Amino acid sequence: MIEFRNVSKSYDDGTLAVSDLSLIAASHEITVLVGSSGCGKTTLLRMVNRLVTPTSGQVLIDDVDVADRNPVELRRSIGYVMQNSGLLPHRTTVDNIATVPVLQGTPAREARQRAVDLMETVGLDPSMARRYPWQLSGGQQQRVGVARGLAADPNILLMDEPFGAVDPIVRADLQRELLRIQGELGKTILFVTHDIAEAITLGDKIVIVATGGRIAQQGTPEEIMADPADDFVTSFLGLDEARALHVSGRLVVDPTGRPVGRLA
Amino acid sequence: MNWILNNVSTITDATWAHVWLALPAIVLSFVVAIPVAWFASRFRRSRFTLLLVAGLIYAIPSLPLFIVLPLILGTSVRSLVNVVAALGLYGVALMVRYAADALDAVSTDALLAATAMGYGPLRRFFGVQLPLAGPALLAGLRVVAVSTVSLVPVSALLGVNSLGMLLTDGFQRGILAEVASGIGATVVVAVAVDLGLVGLGRLLMPWERAAARRDARRTTVEDEQAVAA
Repeated sequence: MIEFRNVSKSYDDGTLAVSDLSLIAASHEITVLVGSSGCGKTTLLRMVNRLVTPTSGQVLIDDVDVADRNPVELRRSIGYVMQNSGLLPHRTTVDNIATVPVLQGTPAREARQRAVDLMETVGLDPSMARRYPWQLSGGQQQRVGVARGLAADPNILLMDEPFGAVDPIVRADLQRELLRIQGELGKTILFVTHDIAEAITLGDKIVIVATGGRIAQQGTPEEIMADPADDFVTSFLGLDEARALHVSGRLVVDPTGRPVGRLA
Repeated sequence: MNWILNNVSTITDATWAHVWLALPAIVLSFVVAIPVAWFASRFRRSRFTLLLVAGLIYAIPSLPLFIVLPLILGTSVRSLVNVVAALGLYGVALMVRYAADALDAVSTDALLAATAMGYGPLRRFFGVQLPLAGPALLAGLRVVAVSTVSLVPVSALLGVNSLGMLLTDGFQRGILAEVASGIGATVVVAVAVDLGLVGLGRLLMPWERAAARRDARRTTVEDEQAVAA
């Protein structure tokens, strides 16, 4: 369980990225932080592995304040998947995946063997093992990123817009894979995105973050869609008047008659 | 030509002496410049001052430096230590700027990813930042190497053996072939050291070789498309 307890983050120039925010991300669930760019969601994510230190408040993992943990040890115990994969360009696929276990002292041979197994888990062909990141497609790079996040078998996985830079078809594919992997592994996942559709697809719980790092609403996708807390949430969900949908034949259309979907 | 054939061993000895002055100086330049550049890159406010000092050192005329340095080091003017130190000083002055730029240019994404995965600061530097700065460091080091090899002959004026001796001796005795062989051999040493560095780079940075092939291929494809269009 990850708990944010009254955390704030302000920068020297006076910008307030997060203000007095409290939040609990339950174990073995996917909690999605969703909001527009610059709303402070990435800052929140980075507080968990101490890439960012809150100005005030605490972040606790299973009731232990992360501020009391050695940052390097802490980071090795938490999986981190970032946008544009953040793979090390001078390491091959297996070596990228094996990074954290090797840092923890696992013999390279053993770590590489496990990396190859993980490639299978994330749906990568073993023939990619010896390739460098630039020799992979965007979707493959993200799969490597996910495998790397899982390599040390962490309880917690932090995912910062991991599928933001790939095309919609690949993204949908990666989302399905993540749900399948999560079904098998049951990690505590904190997932940041600006895409509400992605939040609804993946989230056991969705936290809508408004500018200034304030929680606009949190709940299951059903709760939020059924009962948006305010106009901001309504418009963020695309539920405002301009998007009031109705059925026309087999098509779902918006008020101007443009099709937005089809009945099954 | 006769002079060359009759003095092969003199030329060979001078060449090796040249190499053994240049190589330690090049290594010294690299090893000293890296921590200085790291400091300049890590503590931004020191950057301007450090690079300025490096620039000033490079502006010191070489002959006076060869003569003054022994007073500081406590060596004799003709000592190899003195020559290597002076050459190394110029090398460092040149290399610091290349190295600081190279370290600065490493992708922040890669560094952030490394930190997030639990690299400590030292390990991150040697395991991620330094290798990723490798190609730019190599480019700088090649300039330093060639510059060092061509600076070595100045030490001949102090009486230290190197290919420079063929120049001073050749001038004094009016043997054109000796002067020419000194110049020629210096060029050969410079090219050999440069090729050696490129080879070393290929060995140490296998990912770059693959990327270079990609860039070459991409350029070819783009060129073909441009021609076709």
